[in-house]
Amino acid sequence: MNEGDSIPELRVTPDKYLPHRYAGASGDFNPIHIDPELARQVGLPGNILHGLYGMAQVARANAAAAGGDPRALRRLTVQFRGMGMPEQEITVSGTVKEAQGGRVVVDTVAEQGGNQIIRNAQAELQPR
Amino acid sequence: MPVDDSAKGKTFPAHEYEVGREKIKEFAFAVGEDNPVYFDRETAQAAGFRDVPAPPMFAVVYSAGAMGPAIFDPEVGMNFMAMVHGGQEFVWGEPVCSGDTISTTAEVKDISEKDGKGFYVFESVSTNQDGREVVRGTWTNIVRGV
Repeated sequence: MNEGDSIPELRVTPDKYLPHRYAGASGDFNPIHIDPELARQVGLPGNILHGLYGMAQVARANAAAAGGDPRALRRLTVQFRGMGMPEQEITVSGTVKEAQGGRVVVDTVAEQGGNQIIRNAQAELQPR
Repeated sequence: MPVDDSAKGKTFPAHEYEVGREKIKEFAFAVGEDNPVYFDRETAQAAGFRDVPAPPMFAVVYSAGAMGPAIFDPEVGMNFMAMVHGGQEFVWGEPVCSGDTISTTAEVKDISEKDGKGFYVFESVSTNQDGREVVRGTWTNIVRGV
């Protein structure tokens, strides 16, 4: 991985019930993620993805870029912005910002339908 | 009116979480992790893990028991109707594996105001049964109209 390189793009389409599975797996049952009616009542277009699910996709894309070993991911920082929705494809892409001494820093974004749902994400990798 | 930052520096008691293989599998499946190390002990051990490792973002699972009381603390006083999770950072240390007992503490790191929004920053520190740090999390919540 060299400065300026792109990491392989990760594309994933969370299905309609993904937010329910992620709620169970993570323990975050905030109804805006699992109840479309309640979500609309509070002004959202429908139930929205958990931000931390999106962060997990950014983590996955970066670990994969470093060879797939989870120990390669040393640090990940993200900002959550636009809302992610189920049943729409998410694309995670990134560019190597620094690469020296076995340490690689990757600037990453996750977008869905032209909206950035995670921005200013930065991963620090130690490929093994 | 300035945001009430009196809870800055407040710490919360350690919360213990026992990591199990089936929960790791459930989480890995939900987030789309397909590396066989998360699903098979022999594959994990062949890769140098003590047991099936947790995916990095499993940090949210074992941190939740410590972060809940911090985020919902009435002295911190966030208005949940106007709150969004603005940012998150994890710094990973020793890998977490099935069979580990992870202890997590939480602290209110900072409360500040900018452009009419309240920024509530929490830090969590998780260590394993040998006292080695496994993850340090920085959780930023933004509350509109403070």
